[in-house]
Amino acid sequence: MVKICTAKEAVETISEGMSIMIGGFLNVGAPENLIQALVEKGVKNLTIISNDTGFAGKGIGKLQDHKQVAKVYTSYVGGHPAYGQCMDSGEVEVVLVPQGTLAEQIRAAGAGLGGVLTPTGVGTIAAQGKQEVVIHDKTYLMELALSADVAFIKAHQADTSGNLVYRRCARNFNPIMATAAKIVIAEVEEFVPVGAIDPDQVITPGIFVDFIVKGDIEYGRNG
Amino acid sequence: MAGTDKRIQVARRVAQELKNGEVVNLGIGLPTLVANYLPQGIAIILHSENGFLGIGAEPECGKEDKDLVNAGGKSVSILPNGSCFDSAMSFAIIRGGHVDVTVLGALEVDEKGNLANWMVPGKKVTGMGGAMDLVTGARKVIIAMEHVNKDGSPKIVKECTMPLTAKGEVDLIVTDMAVIAVQSDGLHLLEISEGTTIEEVLSSTGARLILPKKNFPI
Repeated sequence: MVKICTAKEAVETISEGMSIMIGGFLNVGAPENLIQALVEKGVKNLTIISNDTGFAGKGIGKLQDHKQVAKVYTSYVGGHPAYGQCMDSGEVEVVLVPQGTLAEQIRAAGAGLGGVLTPTGVGTIAAQGKQEVVIHDKTYLMELALSADVAFIKAHQADTSGNLVYRRCARNFNPIMATAAKIVIAEVEEFVPVGAIDPDQVITPGIFVDFIVKGDIEYGRNG
Repeated sequence: MAGTDKRIQVARRVAQELKNGEVVNLGIGLPTLVANYLPQGIAIILHSENGFLGIGAEPECGKEDKDLVNAGGKSVSILPNGSCFDSAMSFAIIRGGHVDVTVLGALEVDEKGNLANWMVPGKKVTGMGGAMDLVTGARKVIIAMEHVNKDGSPKIVKECTMPLTAKGEVDLIVTDMAVIAVQSDGLHLLEISEGTTIEEVLSSTGARLILPKKNFPI
């Protein structure tokens, strides 16, 4: 049963050392109110799973600014100047994953699969330490499913049953992450009554969502 | 030739490779320019790996949509026949062979069609983003770049020394000096650009080039 609450109440579920998936692509479709609440709560030693690590002072990048991250699985750290240094010093463990592989690892976890076989990364450093499987003369890497304790996702609209719709490319990793974590917290721009979203239009069925938070602050792209 | 002119020349030449109706993913930087130089009568469908098909023009100032950017984070528009999807679908389109052509830049390309374009050892690491999936999955991989590095050293080499993006996936290399096809027996020089000599191309290339038997068009 979905619970409607504030961002502050929603992050009460988060404790030190948890793994958190966070939606968004270069801050578009990132749940910024939830991230801000997590910054204010100040929990540290987090494992973050996200497409990219954002920018300094914005969105997901704030978690790095406040040194709350111990480990991150991501495809791109180039937007945040601190990551290069933190990787070298060992302060943050960064696992770089090809973007499509990251999406499939998360999807696999949400779909009850142990992992996927992908040709991406064969013959590159992304293959290091991974099992190779040959099927019909083509080599694939075995990439294991990736789940998390919590997912922070961002949607455009939610009805009070938790059914979600997204807008444009703010969808990105959000619907996949909604399937792959024990607790799913959705930040939304707008609440609508049950029935206002046609069942054919629902992207994330409400059964995946535990908490819904109305994003009070519109941070915009550069927030 | 000035840097900007060289880039436009490369973009214009790459655009001639694209066929009507093809699904194309353009990388950040020079490859993005390709869309501006499509020959008349050629319409392509642009894929954006952050989750949509049908990238349209850059919006007017003040008309940007916060939820619509390209994979480089730049504001764009979506065409009326466009479609939006999540990242798993976006990369299913890429890996599944539903992208006809991807155009990307390179740090190094070698004789076997290996590509290095995501990491310079010793320099700041940024991550591969979607590049490994694109180069592995797209049906045709075109490299669009300046022929040599700023210091004049070749970018087309016998064997890549930098970490690879993908192994043996490059099909065509288009530079400001030449057009080179990657085939199983090596690199075939197909064209040289106006004002360039074969000798200049050979001396600017760090790999063996297979020359055509007859004279070839400039």
